[in-house]
Amino acid sequence: MSRLLNVENLETNFRTADGELPAVRDISFSVDKGETLCIVGESGSGKSITSLSIMGLLPPNGYINGGSIYLENENLTGKQEEEMEQLRGNKLSMIFQEPMTALNPVLTIGYQLREPLTIHKNMSKKEANQASIELLDKVGIPNPNEKLTQYPHELSGGMRQRVMIAMALACEPSLLVADEPTTALDVTIQAQILDLINELKSEIGMGVIFVTHDMGVVAEIADRVMVMYAGEVVEMADVETIFEQPQHPYTQGLLDSVPDVDDMTQELKVIKGSMPGLNDEIGGCRFHPRCPLAMEVCKQKEPPAFEVTSTHYSKCWLQEVNQSGKPNAITQS
Amino acid sequence: MSTVAETENNNVEKKNNSRLAEIAKSLVKNKLSVFGLVIIALILLTAIFTPLITDYGPYEQNLENTKLGIGSEGHMLGTDNYGRDVWSRIAHGAGISLLVGLSSVGFGLIGGIILGLLAGYYRKLDGIVMRIVDLLFAFPGILLAMLVIAMLGTSLVNVVIAISIWSIPGCARIVRGSVLSIKRQEYILAMKTVGASDWRILFKHILPNCTAPLIVYGTMRMATAILSTSALSYLGLGAQPPTAEWGAMIAAGQDFMWEAPHLAVIPGIAIMLTVFSFNVVGDGVRDALDPNMDLNN
Repeated sequence: MSRLLNVENLETNFRTADGELPAVRDISFSVDKGETLCIVGESGSGKSITSLSIMGLLPPNGYINGGSIYLENENLTGKQEEEMEQLRGNKLSMIFQEPMTALNPVLTIGYQLREPLTIHKNMSKKEANQASIELLDKVGIPNPNEKLTQYPHELSGGMRQRVMIAMALACEPSLLVADEPTTALDVTIQAQILDLINELKSEIGMGVIFVTHDMGVVAEIADRVMVMYAGEVVEMADVETIFEQPQHPYTQGLLDSVPDVDDMTQELKVIKGSMPGLNDEIGGCRFHPRCPLAMEVCKQKEPPAFEVTSTHYSKCWLQEVNQSGKPNAITQS
Repeated sequence: MSTVAETENNNVEKKNNSRLAEIAKSLVKNKLSVFGLVIIALILLTAIFTPLITDYGPYEQNLENTKLGIGSEGHMLGTDNYGRDVWSRIAHGAGISLLVGLSSVGFGLIGGIILGLLAGYYRKLDGIVMRIVDLLFAFPGILLAMLVIAMLGTSLVNVVIAISIWSIPGCARIVRGSVLSIKRQEYILAMKTVGASDWRILFKHILPNCTAPLIVYGTMRMATAILSTSALSYLGLGAQPPTAEWGAMIAAGQDFMWEAPHLAVIPGIAIMLTVFSFNVVGDGVRDALDPNMDLNN
């Protein structure tokens, strides 16, 4: 499969009253055409900032400090705002977590759906209306004709998310960034929306970056998984490997904290402590204060990304221990 | 299945109409604003059909019948010191007042909306634009208007310009405030993700969200504008005699206060009724548009 998006050494900082705070620290990843990459992590791990960096829509005090983002061999980091506007909605699209607030309450569905079509395809209102009806039909909205003249408050959450998807896919983008699109929805609706995204993905052949913290959703939709912690990528592998042979203690912790409905006696495991703030100085591995397997070296030196297999990376000193064949000289902290 | 869908659609259609209907209903519930609306409608009709409902021209003199009282034959509101028909002049003045009021509020709103949108959306412009607005606010309105007229000369057109400028700062503040909160909404970010430009977002997606406070401001502002036009004309800074403008008519009529009080009182009542009506309608519209701000209940 051909490479669609290539992010190299991306660093995103925020200017605040406390100085420069790094939110995304030197991460690299790629997405192929027709592939779904899930970005997983707790709140504050830099998932959303990574996706906003790709869209070029960081808040006013955020900026890309280094690295490059290549979309089909075009570097997005050096682009002017006008050039980004040409790409957004056209080649790059995004859907959001809250379908309730992501549609303008005072404008009709049709009005908002026509926007990407008139911006990028120079359609007249009539043509755009026709195309909108087809789009709504495609995302499984009944009576699309009438929905055009309705306002967002007249639709349910699931319907609104479908409208958002229709809007994002209006110009058949090559990359869709989905920032927790199912978090605010009922589980049944959630499954429908995931199916819809999968279906449209294979139809258009686009790549998808799917941000979530729900491991159930990951299992459902991902081809590959990237686990983020405190602005860093701690583990990356294809979806089976992540679920069957997770290497990083943080990934293991995330998987352990998913409740097992069959096991009534199971006590829910948690990862103790909380995500460090952006300005917390942590020496060595940024996860070590919460890591149940932390060693002395973890406090001293930041681990590099160890290669487990050619498609599996883990940023943890345990890999060195495993690879050098030493007995597990792990000291509990 | 289809019947369920149909009934659902019918409900939806009813809902669609009900938004406007709801506003109209709560406006009608307010007796005072209904009164205001009726008066405004009458004034509007008078202004539009002036030639049809008056027997004399507003400037038609008849020196044989000067200062006739109210209820005189052929002149239901009497005549002034030149024998001009007061009713026809009042009717003519209604047109002037509404025209001046509408245009000055219209221009003021346009200016205020542009400034407010820019100040609210672009952080860099916010400081400078809002300081200019603060400066305009620091002047008492009528003084500001007099200053503008002193520079441009006395005429009704200049009154429109003066009152427009005076309307800008209030409107700019309202719009800026709304923009500040709306631009952080997710639907604005969502619009950016489909590639909408700043202009498109400002005028097509943010501005429609500001309309409710603007309608209220505009209605209230009409009252102020009409009152100020008359005040400026009364002071001799606006419409000049013999123009049949209400303020100018009071100024001309006050010389005959003892012999023919109606010459000053009738235009006074006309001004009062108009301003009062616009104010109560403004109040009513505000309550209707924002159920949370119903101060009367």
